[in-house]
Amino acid sequence: MAMEVVRGRTWERPQLAPGALDRAFFEAAARGELLYQRCAACDHRQFYPRLLCTACGGDIDWATASGRGVVHTFTIVRQHGQPPFKGELPYAVAMVELEEGVRMMGTVTGCPVERVRIGMPVEAYAIECGDGMAVPFWRPSE
Amino acid sequence: MAARDPVIVGIGLSDAPRAPHLDSLGHHVQAIQRALADAGLEKRAIDGYLCSGMAGGIAETVTMAEYLGIDHPYVDGTMTGGSSFEFHVQHAAAAIREGLCDTVLVSYGSDLLSRSGRTLGTGGFRGSAKVTGAELYSAPYGLPIVGGYALVAQRHMHEFGTTSEQLAEIAAGVREFAGLNPNAMYRDPITAADVLASRVIADPLHLLDCCVVSDGGGAFLMTTAERARDLRKPAVRVLGAAGAQTHWNISQMPDFTTSAGATCIPEAFARAGVQPRDVDTIQFYDSFTITVLVLLEDAGFCKKGEGGAFVAQENLRRGGRLPLNTDGGGLSACHSGMRGLFLIAEAVRQLRGEAGAAQVPDARVALAVGSGGWLSCIGAVVLGRE
Repeated sequence: MAMEVVRGRTWERPQLAPGALDRAFFEAAARGELLYQRCAACDHRQFYPRLLCTACGGDIDWATASGRGVVHTFTIVRQHGQPPFKGELPYAVAMVELEEGVRMMGTVTGCPVERVRIGMPVEAYAIECGDGMAVPFWRPSE
Repeated sequence: MAARDPVIVGIGLSDAPRAPHLDSLGHHVQAIQRALADAGLEKRAIDGYLCSGMAGGIAETVTMAEYLGIDHPYVDGTMTGGSSFEFHVQHAAAAIREGLCDTVLVSYGSDLLSRSGRTLGTGGFRGSAKVTGAELYSAPYGLPIVGGYALVAQRHMHEFGTTSEQLAEIAAGVREFAGLNPNAMYRDPITAADVLASRVIADPLHLLDCCVVSDGGGAFLMTTAERARDLRKPAVRVLGAAGAQTHWNISQMPDFTTSAGATCIPEAFARAGVQPRDVDTIQFYDSFTITVLVLLEDAGFCKKGEGGAFVAQENLRRGGRLPLNTDGGGLSACHSGMRGLFLIAEAVRQLRGEAGAAQVPDARVALAVGSGGWLSCIGAVVLGRE
């Protein structure tokens, strides 16, 4: 299942300056693919991306996630000193546990912050951030 | 006590909580001079140096050693965030036992409040910042430092039914001790209801669940039990120390209700040959109320998930079973970015019987637990009086 990619919006969040490995993740997101890593040797799954499997120390491969998960924990940020976040308060930031077993941090949009709950099903979408890349965000899937 | 058993023989704190007349270096120097005077040691006796600061890394340690004029056979710039100084005690104790050095200085200094104002907890990244590495996967979402701890508190509440009232009790108890410390930033008594009435910064954490932002520095001196016999103050023994790391970035915390303290605090107890019931006072890193709650459970003072009920019984209060942060803690007295050094200094003050109105009667064993990052790197030190 490909993620929806929101294009043409001005990116005011921190500018990403990824190296080659990380760039592959954000370029895939711009194509609607949400990547994580899976070890062919020991089946360990991990995120954020690294050059090695943190379980067995060997090489690690990319895998494509379904883009579905549940909120593992979250907070509603009500104070932040810097733009653009200061202008978007309050907003919900969650750790999302993906169906594949890895966790990703992300903002949960698309519903009032008061509706965000632990265990809530969410799905990924991506927002273009320039330079051929996009960043994943989350919204309720039901 | 064996001749080379490691002991703490001097402590010093710089001017706090507001010291616009000092920069970070000034805090280091003032605290070091006060620690030397406290111990009755000459500076030339120092042959080991450890420090850590917000800049981080070994470069700071060697440039500091040069500035201070310390020619050392032993140096260590371990940087684990706020728990650095608990790791330093462990490393210095091992170096002293091994004979790598005899007299070690550990120092810290920060002008955080005077330099940066109260921006640490909720400042975060500027929109224009360029980010790399692991922060690529968090910086776009605007999670401030407080928010990282809020993720832990939210999950703890979900799994165990912990309440905001229980967390608030921690802040109210520490404030009672701050009232006894003339150098504490906030001294007026507060109740749990006051904490709950303060504005929410990042659900479920309120303003008064968060530590203060202050200036401040500290230093302590360690040497062998043999050398300590000739010094001014009674030596405080390093009974056991241990440290552990489970992650650095909050997104990587393996279990959002348990820290590395679950392994290293019991290990420190085992090395010290003591049990949780032997501890008379705890000096715990109280960056946020939830930090204390998680560490209490991980230390084994109660089972995982029962921290809220344990706290609600006022165990941590003045006069309670396990008085917490008797200097007023980071929550009310002093937090200049990396609080770990102050935990050691206050534990020593208690074990010497120098804590005045905040003195825990007949305190013999103190546990200091530092937390660096986002409950990431935990350092535990068990101290005892002779």
